[in-house]
Amino acid sequence: MDFSLSEAAKKRKETMRFVAEYVMRPISRQYDEAEHENPMEFFNTMWEASRGNREATKISGDGKKGGEASENTLLACIQIEELAWGDAGLYLSIPNPGLGGAAINAAGTPEQRDRFLKTFYDGKPRWGAMAITEPHFGSDSKQVSMTARRDGDEWVLNGTKIFCTSGHRALEMSDGFVVVWATLDRTKGRPAIKSFVVSAGTPGVKVTKLEHKMGIRASDTAEITFEDARLPADSILGTPEIVTKGTAGFKGVMATFDATRPIVAASGIGVAQAALDVVKQTLKDSGIEIRYEAPAHEMTVLERAVMWMESQLQAARLLTYRACNMMDRGERNSREASMCKAKAGLAVTRITQKAVELLGPIGYSRKLLLEKWMRDAKITDIYEGTQQINQMIVARSILGYSSAELN
Amino acid sequence: MIDLRLDEEQQLIRETVHSFAMEKIRPVAHEADESGAIPGTLVAQAWELGLVQGSVPEQYGGYGQGSSAITGTVIAEAMAEGDLAVAMHVLSPRLVIDPVLSLGSEAQKKDILPRYCGERFVAGAAAVCEPRWDFSPAKMQTTARRDGSSWVLEGKKCLVPLADDAPFIVVYARDAQDKMIGAFLVPAGTPGLQIGEREKNLGLRALATFEITLEDCRVPADARLGDDATPLLRRARVAQSAMAVGVAKASLDYAVGYAKEREAFGVKIAQKQAIAFMLADMAIEIDAMRLLNWEAAWNLDQGNDSVREIALARQYVADGVMQVTDHGIQVLGGHGFIRDHPVELFARNGRGFAAFEGLASV
Repeated sequence: MDFSLSEAAKKRKETMRFVAEYVMRPISRQYDEAEHENPMEFFNTMWEASRGNREATKISGDGKKGGEASENTLLACIQIEELAWGDAGLYLSIPNPGLGGAAINAAGTPEQRDRFLKTFYDGKPRWGAMAITEPHFGSDSKQVSMTARRDGDEWVLNGTKIFCTSGHRALEMSDGFVVVWATLDRTKGRPAIKSFVVSAGTPGVKVTKLEHKMGIRASDTAEITFEDARLPADSILGTPEIVTKGTAGFKGVMATFDATRPIVAASGIGVAQAALDVVKQTLKDSGIEIRYEAPAHEMTVLERAVMWMESQLQAARLLTYRACNMMDRGERNSREASMCKAKAGLAVTRITQKAVELLGPIGYSRKLLLEKWMRDAKITDIYEGTQQINQMIVARSILGYSSAELN
Repeated sequence: MIDLRLDEEQQLIRETVHSFAMEKIRPVAHEADESGAIPGTLVAQAWELGLVQGSVPEQYGGYGQGSSAITGTVIAEAMAEGDLAVAMHVLSPRLVIDPVLSLGSEAQKKDILPRYCGERFVAGAAAVCEPRWDFSPAKMQTTARRDGSSWVLEGKKCLVPLADDAPFIVVYARDAQDKMIGAFLVPAGTPGLQIGEREKNLGLRALATFEITLEDCRVPADARLGDDATPLLRRARVAQSAMAVGVAKASLDYAVGYAKEREAFGVKIAQKQAIAFMLADMAIEIDAMRLLNWEAAWNLDQGNDSVREIALARQYVADGVMQVTDHGIQVLGGHGFIRDHPVELFARNGRGFAAFEGLASV
């Protein structure tokens, strides 16, 4: 057992904190207020930094089986925690392969990985994105109604996707890509759902709306419409066969969440840590120190609240590190990934709310960033599986139930 | 490098203790709670596991290398999963062993420790809590006054386990002069040490606990173990929190088993989201409680005082065990309220963790 960060992790944390503090924080408020504007200088800075250090921008770990212990997933989480401490919206908008990249890594052939990811960092800033949600469904992802029809050497996509993070920047601001879920046959359910890589510039693909959101406003959230969008045959990730026996293909897609949920948890933890830091600093400046060992009946409401925030946050963090640990060892971590996401989602929502409450009118004012962090934190409990979806996964896991038995 | 797993040896200890807890302790937990008595045969069997002797180094009669806080939490959690009162009873010798081991002189170690490493279980006891609503270790009112070559102890203590049976009670008292908390080794029968009636508490009914009074209770100068005993009280909190995790886990496992059997509206109740989500919450909180407490224990093992980590873990765990064991009752509905099922016992035991001080040691 070891609760200490490796030298590599400490170094990563330090570097990212520097970026967060000196590159992100100064423009944090500006791009919260100026929704849908693009912090080009920030993009370019991060792009150049990423090119020089591609390993550091990997979104998920390798999950090595046996052999040398890897800590890639953990490092990614530590990095994201720090960047989100700077600004969660800006962190999400950093040009990189994003969740689309994670999907290609997880389900693509070596050739596809080469084609879409190897040269990703050549040239100008680029974004990768993932589009699953449609107007009529969110969590119930087997309801995909966007169609993919084979026509000669091409796939033809029709339908509408919403809530696509960085969709606009991927398709219309850069030479990026979006991984899109579509069905080959609506009557065949999950086995017919496949993912396709749609490159920027594909005819028939259009960003039709940019959402106005409560928080993470610097991140673009796009509605994308596909009208007879034609893709090359080799744009499909995985097999084009509809294998009705078993749901291995769909499960493969769902396994992506095992990597992304700890990442989302980590981003929320960074936001909540930012809020906690401001609360503690404010109290310190007012001459108030937290007496951790004060008798229960002498502890002030403030001290109790801060201790509650700290322990909730650390609980979420440790659950997240555990999920990363398991992924880094190549162990199946679906249960633990959902546990950390469920815990972090709720904890960071409440912690940031509490921070605003504790600082009263100062907390509520837009002069400080606390109110922004409360808005930014909330999404942690929603995207990459809501609180309830993750509870469902944890419940099935501890009860040994299938999705047919508990739904 | 972060690695939040037990090592192989710790894993093995966990499995051994957990099997014992579920196979030997749990079946008698109900009867022990009702009768207020723990079968002697069970205590003897637990002794044979060698967990206590294993925490004493070989040169003092044991067969261990000393105790790590992490291993201590593993043992405490697994044992408490069977029953909290039984766990506290069978692990009570550590209430004497650990203070002597960490603060005692070489002569005291050689004298005291072998007594707890023999063929048979020997009860240990510690007196920390005081019978006041506003008790806290930081505000201890029991005092120790130096008088010539003696210490004179004065005060009232409660929740002292096995005080009627233990050859030594480690009494925690405030030094009247320097205000520091000290630990004093008080032999049974010392004049001025009065053991009151056995207490009746909300939970822990199977554990014999007593109120004790110290009136002009004189012990020799070397009865004081080291100087500052505050670190011992912190370690006790880590051990207690580990037991709380065990109690919470016991409640979850029982509720899961019940919910998969009980039917309502044509399905198992575990198939209803309202029940399933409660169980999921319980599982998440238990893992969070355990990880926070491991972090505190790990910091102790690194030689850190771990003040903040222990305080945070204790607060989180004391709240968590209440919430989890309450859910445990709720999953069983009316049956959860009936004493034939153990979930109400888990909740009664769980309530104490916000108040307990010095009832366990790692």
